[in-house]
Amino acid sequence: MSATIERDGDVWVSSRTGTRWHVVCGLEVHAQLRTRTKLFCGCETSFGDPPNSRTCPVCTGQPGSLPVLNEEALALAVRAALAIGADVAPWSKFDRKNYFYCDIPKNYQISQFDRPYCTGGGIDLPSGRRIRLHRIHLEEDAGKAIHDRGTTTLVDLNRAGTPLIESVTEADVTSPEDAFDYLTALKEILIYVGASNADMEKGELRCDVNVSVHPAGEGWRTKVEVKNLNSFRNVAAALEHEILRQIQAYESGDESRYPVQETRLWDADKLVTRSMRSKEAADDYRYFTEPDLPPVTVSPSFLERQRGMLPELPAARRTRYVRELGLSAYDADVLVADRAVADFFEAAARISGRPKEAANWISNEVLRALGDAQTGASTIDDLPVKPHDLAELIELVAKGTIHTAAGRTVIREMLESGTAAAEVVERLGLEQVEDESQLEDWCRAALEGKDAIVADVKDGKEKALGALIGPVMQASGGKANPQKVREILKRLILES
Amino acid sequence: MTVRFGGQVDAVALRNALDAGTGTVKDVVEECLARIAERDGELHAFTRVEAECARARAAELDAKRASGAALGALFGVPVALKANLCWKGGIADCSSKLLANYAPPYDATVVRRLLDADAVIVGTTNMDEFAMGSSTENSAHGPTSNPWDTERTPGGSSGGSAVAVAGGMVPIALGSDTGGSVRQPAALCGVHGLKPTYGRVSRYGLIAFGSSLDAVSPFARTIRDVARVLEVISGACDRDSTCLPLPPFEAPQPADPSRLAGFRVGVPKQCFPAELDAGVRACVESALQQLERIGCELVPIELPHAELAIPTYYVVATAEASSNLARYDGVGFGVRAGSELGLQEMFAATREAGFGEEVKRRILLGTYVLSAGYQDEWYGRAQHARTKILGDYLQAFEEVDLVAGPTSPCTAFRLGEKTADPIAMYQTDLLTVPASLAGLPAISVPCGTSAGLPVGLQLVAPAQEDGRLLRAAQAFELATDHHRALPPMLLGAQA
Repeated sequence: MSATIERDGDVWVSSRTGTRWHVVCGLEVHAQLRTRTKLFCGCETSFGDPPNSRTCPVCTGQPGSLPVLNEEALALAVRAALAIGADVAPWSKFDRKNYFYCDIPKNYQISQFDRPYCTGGGIDLPSGRRIRLHRIHLEEDAGKAIHDRGTTTLVDLNRAGTPLIESVTEADVTSPEDAFDYLTALKEILIYVGASNADMEKGELRCDVNVSVHPAGEGWRTKVEVKNLNSFRNVAAALEHEILRQIQAYESGDESRYPVQETRLWDADKLVTRSMRSKEAADDYRYFTEPDLPPVTVSPSFLERQRGMLPELPAARRTRYVRELGLSAYDADVLVADRAVADFFEAAARISGRPKEAANWISNEVLRALGDAQTGASTIDDLPVKPHDLAELIELVAKGTIHTAAGRTVIREMLESGTAAAEVVERLGLEQVEDESQLEDWCRAALEGKDAIVADVKDGKEKALGALIGPVMQASGGKANPQKVREILKRLILES
Repeated sequence: MTVRFGGQVDAVALRNALDAGTGTVKDVVEECLARIAERDGELHAFTRVEAECARARAAELDAKRASGAALGALFGVPVALKANLCWKGGIADCSSKLLANYAPPYDATVVRRLLDADAVIVGTTNMDEFAMGSSTENSAHGPTSNPWDTERTPGGSSGGSAVAVAGGMVPIALGSDTGGSVRQPAALCGVHGLKPTYGRVSRYGLIAFGSSLDAVSPFARTIRDVARVLEVISGACDRDSTCLPLPPFEAPQPADPSRLAGFRVGVPKQCFPAELDAGVRACVESALQQLERIGCELVPIELPHAELAIPTYYVVATAEASSNLARYDGVGFGVRAGSELGLQEMFAATREAGFGEEVKRRILLGTYVLSAGYQDEWYGRAQHARTKILGDYLQAFEEVDLVAGPTSPCTAFRLGEKTADPIAMYQTDLLTVPASLAGLPAISVPCGTSAGLPVGLQLVAPAQEDGRLLRAAQAFELATDHHRALPPMLLGAQA
């Protein structure tokens, strides 16, 4: 009989025994650094290229070849470390992690073992909780073994030697929500500082989870590692499942079912974790200092140069948008979530001098064009509309050349064709009609048979005018200047 | 006129003769190939002679000379490469069954520099498998013989390159020295063998044995040639992070090359152990007296941690080797065995079938000393001992300019004499491994013969003092005729 387990905040409570279970969890995240070339050779980093087309004697592990550290990778790694407030070691070193597998051509991986380049730091979550980082180290990626060709295994070494940073949290994660929030924040920071594109679908971000549960007040129990987590949602789901699985196992009282130290794989289709291999006979990687690479030194001036290259981080930007630019918290979140969007916004706001309008146009119109088949753009930088184009539109609206409704037509046309705002306005004849006699004709037509409204306005209820403006705008095909329409209507009513 | 170099003309002289318009590179290469054809059946120094490649190269170089272009520092000089140096024109099989037919897709930095200096590579030479051994007997190609007595070993692991030079088949050859693999065969074959300062010469393209010890190292018959090769192959390399950021070596030009006035030469008592062969001792002592006669002051010194050198070396080198040789698994490299098996089983079958006994022994040893629970006790302590050994030298060089002693505790031993006893074989490295562990430049120079077999004098200098080392070696060479001594089989050729 399995017990019902209920959540009480970060505590899981058993309905049967009343035991209050706590969760101890840490996350290991591998992020691919956004370098032009690999960590130890001059090959370009690669995604989707023909197999083994981005390789050289070094990354294929040719006998006699030697690694040379890519300084760009170190710079990006250091920027990531600074962005989470970690300590960058003035002196660190590379080590060899020895194990045999067909996707690792040297049968050792160059990694950092006992002297990582970065320790400490942390990330504050929106919930107010802080997840501390234990360490971050640099290492090279393995190649890819493709096993689905009958009895043959194929090896593609394009990815071999790609620079990675592996970050390891302290065991501060206490719920699936924490894990999700942490990963979201980490990804945002990595993208912001330009350290990684952090695209999980391309394998640029990979996450493993270590989790155990224990009754409140007791010591930590056996931890289980969960791998094969290909989205943040899957991390949260796998963690949720694994927490419940472990609690149920303990609650069964059957010791043969108790969690053992092992690696489990998440099955995203069946929503379960499965045992991959037991870690009882722990792997012996025979780490030792990589004799082919000198120690990594980070000078104070190098560190300061990297610090100087850090952009304003997401949390700080969000606060500034709300406090200084007067945006809503919601709009600020939407814009900040993607650094390219936030940069676009800031440029448009600066050029137009109207941040609120810029925010509205971006969140209501520009972002909708992303992923749209017609624009074919997946990022804001792919769009034909640049910040100065949007600023031009904002000015046209502000000056009254067109009104907001016409503006929407204009921006859509701009996004599709890349035509400048003024040109679209002219081509579609969207310029507001300012001609008094034309406006008066539309207004007189609208007033016909609207005696009740006329009476209300005469009684000083100016709001009633609104019901008349709509029909006038409609009659003008959206081109009438609504400000002037309002004035003319008022004058006609008061004169009548 | 044919330029003859069979034991008589050195590389620089040959290059200068060609530069002066005497003979052609074609003549030189044909004579070189003829010498190899004549002698190598007996000596077996070469694993492959790349005759066609050498002839094509000769034609190219003769055309270059005809065009009036400036000629490189080794123009037209035939060179042999140890089979662990990557060369696009050859097979770098490291004398291993496992790496049979490995055709490197790139040139080692030293090979590129030899070719840029207009040298002609004529072939690859025999070695102990993956440079593990001291007799060139651990080879998939069978042993190499010593030209002084073909029943004896040339030493190792670079025995093939030593014999290629000692047997008068090429004027210069490259080997690699990890714990004495160039100096010891140089001593046993009666030629010069220089291990430069660690990092003075790029290792890019040298197939690794012990990465923190490996040094590409030349053999030659004169110090002038040794210096010329070092000038060509040394210097910063952006593909080797352990290569020192220094310009290429320049040989010193002393006012009086025959004198070493004021040189203080340290003579460590640890370099004259009880097991030292009496004939070797006599030759080396007489060489030391010769150094005194040309102006040196001999200073008795101590290298108190020298006795740790052999165990330290065999822990450090095997640890690194166990990892360096992991890539030979039948996937990317190595002749695959057990392809019907699962992955890990295929790895094991490949390595079982392809590696020789000595290589397996060292991989096991290296794997053991790095294992969890044993690493501190073995690898950790060896690193500590290595620091002590370097410290001994640093202290000695406070007082002296050079350290001198025998290169090898014995002269060339008979083929098969030590193969059954690995420890006895390891002991032949006794006098060469300390300088390797300390990363110091060291050279073996011929200093006479004992019972008809050559003896080598080893000189060791402080790090980056390769120039001082060669200066001293040259003064000794000028004062003696030992380097001119030829093995009996070549005496007919000389006549």
